[in-house]
Amino acid sequence: MSERRDLDVIADLVPAGSRVLDLGCGRGELLAHLVQHKGCTGYGIEIDDTNLQASLARGIDVIQLNLEEGLAMFGDASFDVVLQLDTLQHLRNAEKMLQETARVGRTGIVSFPNFAHWPNRLSVARGRMPVTRALPYEWYDTPNIRVGTYADFEVLARRNGLSILDSFGLRDGRPVRFWPNARASVAVFKFERR
Amino acid sequence: MPLKRARRTGDRTSAAAPVFRFMGSVGQVTSQSMHFSDPLPLSSGARLLDYRLAYETYGRLNDARSNAVLVCHALNASHHVAGVDAQGREGWWDNLVGPGKPLDTDRFFVIGVNNPGSCFGSTGPMDPNPDPAAAGRPYGADFPVVTVEDWVDAQARLIERLGISRLAAVLGGSLGGMQALSWTLRYPDRVRHCIGVATAPNLSAENIAFNEIARRAIITDPDFHGGHYHAHGVVPRRGLRIARMIGHVTYLSDDVMASKFGRRLRGGDDKGYSFGYDVDFEIESYLRYQGDKFSDYFDANTYLLITRALDYFDPAASHGGDLARTFAAAQARYLLVSFTTDWRFSPARSRELVKALVTNRQHVSYAEIDAPHGHDAFLLDDPRYHGVLRTYFDRIAAESPAP
Repeated sequence: MSERRDLDVIADLVPAGSRVLDLGCGRGELLAHLVQHKGCTGYGIEIDDTNLQASLARGIDVIQLNLEEGLAMFGDASFDVVLQLDTLQHLRNAEKMLQETARVGRTGIVSFPNFAHWPNRLSVARGRMPVTRALPYEWYDTPNIRVGTYADFEVLARRNGLSILDSFGLRDGRPVRFWPNARASVAVFKFERR
Repeated sequence: MPLKRARRTGDRTSAAAPVFRFMGSVGQVTSQSMHFSDPLPLSSGARLLDYRLAYETYGRLNDARSNAVLVCHALNASHHVAGVDAQGREGWWDNLVGPGKPLDTDRFFVIGVNNPGSCFGSTGPMDPNPDPAAAGRPYGADFPVVTVEDWVDAQARLIERLGISRLAAVLGGSLGGMQALSWTLRYPDRVRHCIGVATAPNLSAENIAFNEIARRAIITDPDFHGGHYHAHGVVPRRGLRIARMIGHVTYLSDDVMASKFGRRLRGGDDKGYSFGYDVDFEIESYLRYQGDKFSDYFDANTYLLITRALDYFDPAASHGGDLARTFAAAQARYLLVSFTTDWRFSPARSRELVKALVTNRQHVSYAEIDAPHGHDAFLLDDPRYHGVLRTYFDRIAAESPAP
């Protein structure tokens, strides 16, 4: 399953022993993996009751919080790595959250569906919004209220004074480093504050 | 106490994956009593002499003595946490504690202790004052003011006498949660997990205000007699009733009162208003009933004592109000739970605790349950709330405790 491999690729970006904040940790797979296999510590943040309980069951520390309310609970640079995987596109205040991610973490890792992936472009060129594995919703019920592209994020990061340490795309769980804006369904950025 | 022990029905599905476990009662339970001849030093500087603590236990202490869970009670509860007592009364947290329940007595040895100053079996204001000058009369108003810390010290002595050097967990809701927090500060190496539900690092001014109104209702009752009402053969029942009515309102949410009572009239809406001051509305009838019931079984001096203990709890006060510094030396892992409609112990207060623990890089998990029942929610069995507690206790049970 590609989502599983996506997580493996992203886990490789997190240095062993890091203090990690996982924003929108879902069922806690990644953080549990980082804690158990890479000696990391930290917290998951999750809003959903079912996911919260699943994360608790995995033995990680998880805090129920709505990311739309910001990260006031966390101090500046209080984590080595802040993960924001597949959540940024759901947030009304996506830019503010990106700033918060950069404030709280010494490095941030963000992933989101790349709207410029060629099948999406093809779909729009045919006059219809794309419905794909990375963007599996119809336009009228999508939780992805901030759809953007790999290239868009580079602009947003620059605008917010972030230096990109690494970036690539993902397709079927494999990194895409050549022409990711068209060839990758998911965009991944690792960055720090300048 | 809860309005009714009903399972919440709503549009949200249970957070728990379906787990089919037999959930039973611990059955008939017997209250036990432990006597202490060593005086208990109190925060006030006074000492509690020659006292006893009433307690109950459920389940079996394992050979390693590592599966003990202490349940701390709140304002009007007692050591009778689960099962059915000699009078046929069900424990106040029976929906949580029992075989197969979230706090599973097949796996844990659960202890409920009645705090000193209470009126349910531990030494309290209704007991004879050992001071020779009192000549065997009840303590009444002379019972020393006790604090959360004093209670925790008393509980710690009892736990020690039971041969338990380290608790698997301390659990409490509301004022009970304050005791659970205090355990991790006073006895950091004697508790592995702290589970605080609908609790706070201290009371807000609004909360103290409600307590003060309740206390004034009792103290200004002509039957109070400066706290020595027993000597006059009376009980300040009017004051107690009003205190309870006020308390009750604050434990509920506006929504739950609207849905349970609304503006409905007693005896049917076609009955019309009485154009007098007796009971017209269902809510009035309900509050009066709760007040009457409470004044039959609760001691007025105990009510004063316990509300004062609530007011005084403020562990950060000795650390310049810095909650992170207050908890810096704690070693426990924490689970905190709050309820969105609880305005007496609001989620914001639990978040203060989470923030302090996060600042210290301590282990903490936090659930904010979207429940409509106000502060009372901690006594109800919302499936998401109980699911979180069950999952967390499963985690504790799965740990191999450090020797």
